[in-house]
Amino acid sequence: MGLLQIHNLKVYYSTLRGKVKAVDGISFDLEKNEIFGLVGESGCGKSTAMLSILGLLPPGGKIVGGKILFEGEDLARKNEAEMKSIRWKKISMVPQASMNALNPVVRVRNQIVEAILAHESIAKTDAVERAEELLDMVGIARSRASSYPFEYSGGMKQRAIMAMALACSPNIVIADEPTTALDVIVQAKVIDLIIDLQKKLNFSILWVTHDLSLISAICDRVCIMYAGKVVEVGDAQSVFTNPLCKYTQLLIQSIPTVKETKNLVHIPGAAPDLVNPPVGCRFHPRCPYAEEICRKEEPQLIETKKRHYAACYSVK
Amino acid sequence: MMEEAILRGEKLKKYFSFKKSFLSWQKEVIRAVDGVSFEVGKKEILGLVGESGCGKTTLGRLILRLIEPTEGKILFDGVDVTSLNHRELKKMRRKMQIVYQDPYESLNPRMTIYELLREPIRVHKITMDADEAIEQMLEAVGLTPVENFLRKYPHELSGGQRQRCALARVLVLRPIFIVADEPVSMLDVSIRTGIIELLMKLRKDFDISFLFITHDLAVARHICDRIATMYLGKIIESGFKNEIFDTPLHPYTQALLDAVPEFGLKFKHHRIQKIKDVVTSPTSPIPGCRFHPRCPYAEEICRKEEPQLIEAKKAHFVACHEWDKIRIEF
Repeated sequence: MGLLQIHNLKVYYSTLRGKVKAVDGISFDLEKNEIFGLVGESGCGKSTAMLSILGLLPPGGKIVGGKILFEGEDLARKNEAEMKSIRWKKISMVPQASMNALNPVVRVRNQIVEAILAHESIAKTDAVERAEELLDMVGIARSRASSYPFEYSGGMKQRAIMAMALACSPNIVIADEPTTALDVIVQAKVIDLIIDLQKKLNFSILWVTHDLSLISAICDRVCIMYAGKVVEVGDAQSVFTNPLCKYTQLLIQSIPTVKETKNLVHIPGAAPDLVNPPVGCRFHPRCPYAEEICRKEEPQLIETKKRHYAACYSVK
Repeated sequence: MMEEAILRGEKLKKYFSFKKSFLSWQKEVIRAVDGVSFEVGKKEILGLVGESGCGKTTLGRLILRLIEPTEGKILFDGVDVTSLNHRELKKMRRKMQIVYQDPYESLNPRMTIYELLREPIRVHKITMDADEAIEQMLEAVGLTPVENFLRKYPHELSGGQRQRCALARVLVLRPIFIVADEPVSMLDVSIRTGIIELLMKLRKDFDISFLFITHDLAVARHICDRIATMYLGKIIESGFKNEIFDTPLHPYTQALLDAVPEFGLKFKHHRIQKIKDVVTSPTSPIPGCRFHPRCPYAEEICRKEEPQLIEAKKAHFVACHEWDKIRIEF
């Protein structure tokens, strides 16, 4: 039984050109105490999926079908007031460009206090104490707690945001490419911190990113998306050492590594237009292995091995 | 020194100065590039790697004199670019070109692909069969069938196609040297490989040398022949790519390589934790080695004396006082 269950979720955006089927029937479970990677290239719908969980879809975006089950309730049917009681308290978020996520004219500690007081009714002195504890936990000394964001380095800002995300002890933290704006050395340190915190505090992370190498290095389970569909879900180990879908296989072969120079595979073409997605398998126009059936019928996500699901006709 | 260097930078410096505050007379100086010497050989791809703010893009722009160097010399094809006047420079620029990071910003949205490729030919007043050259270049960058693309506008192309178009636009001038400033970092992985392969093919087909600026070490390993690592305006290590990637000598290069998540390997970086996270102000120069405030191996000498780039191993240069004392545990 998953902590968060996404079931056949469909999110469409209304545009002048028609409905953009950004997320078109995806299902996956997020379990307790795991780091779950949601990976895909730009425009695959991963951010839309993430925003719909939080109820933060931009204007024009609408959940048109499916369920988002969390603690027995369907988040897709909740109104804004109900979402407010869940957001941050139960499900919090670490945004992408977190250097810009902090208010530049408020002391960092006070911003965290503000977040705590907005969601919990406790005394301000307790909130201040908790904010300082949180900052201490992410490696920011108490003496720096009352600094302004501009006095922090990029890594420290990211740590402060992490502290803020954990302020109300949420069950789930949604991390939207939390480290892409950082330099690699700082990124490595922040990731180490996040993994340590996750182990210590037992929450689940839904890590949304395009960086396959990173996901393979940190996640327990992973979900690969392409053009609004889930193409493969399973244990990270299983998916990355033994990918089943042709798309996943090609994607993995296209990643260069620093340890060796290998021959890279190049996937021809570009991601499809989601107003008129291709019939059949959405990857078929770019897939060198596509057969007749791929052009006609959409492959379903089937369990091929234990806890390893794939949607591809090449899987027997 | 390399025999067949097509480009040589000598002690290049670029200082940006600005007023300390709105009402102040005092000036502050950012040393974006602070005494950099390097060479790019014929048909070579030199990778310039480093984190954001290390001055790699500034260096790329200095080479083409898109911004004027504060000090130093740029020798291109035997000519000192820094001494050229406007007209001579324009002539020279035909041979040295730049490709930018963002193909969404670098192409004029109101021009068709044909017009975009025609423009450089017109600007440089080249007498040639323009239509034929344009078609040939579109073919070379893989935008085929050519007729389908000539009348399209940039917004009708995907990211990868736009970057190909940006490359074709540069290639119609038949340059012998291209500065490629993060040309693939905006692109998705599946598309990136195509562009990387294209760059390597162009080098072979048209005998072009590249300065490949990137923060992505894996891409650098794949495409470059030699690598130069920059840190706060200085080159701190350079050498052939296998040397740099397999036996990095500078602690900063080691940390960089260590920090890259490797596909399929579990993430745990005890060594990275030793690299301190310090807030450095770009305006106040650091005495001694620039890396010493963050370096876990820093000694007394590192705080006082600036290390010079020395040839530690054959064709492998490093600027570190302690390079032979650091134990590498890869």
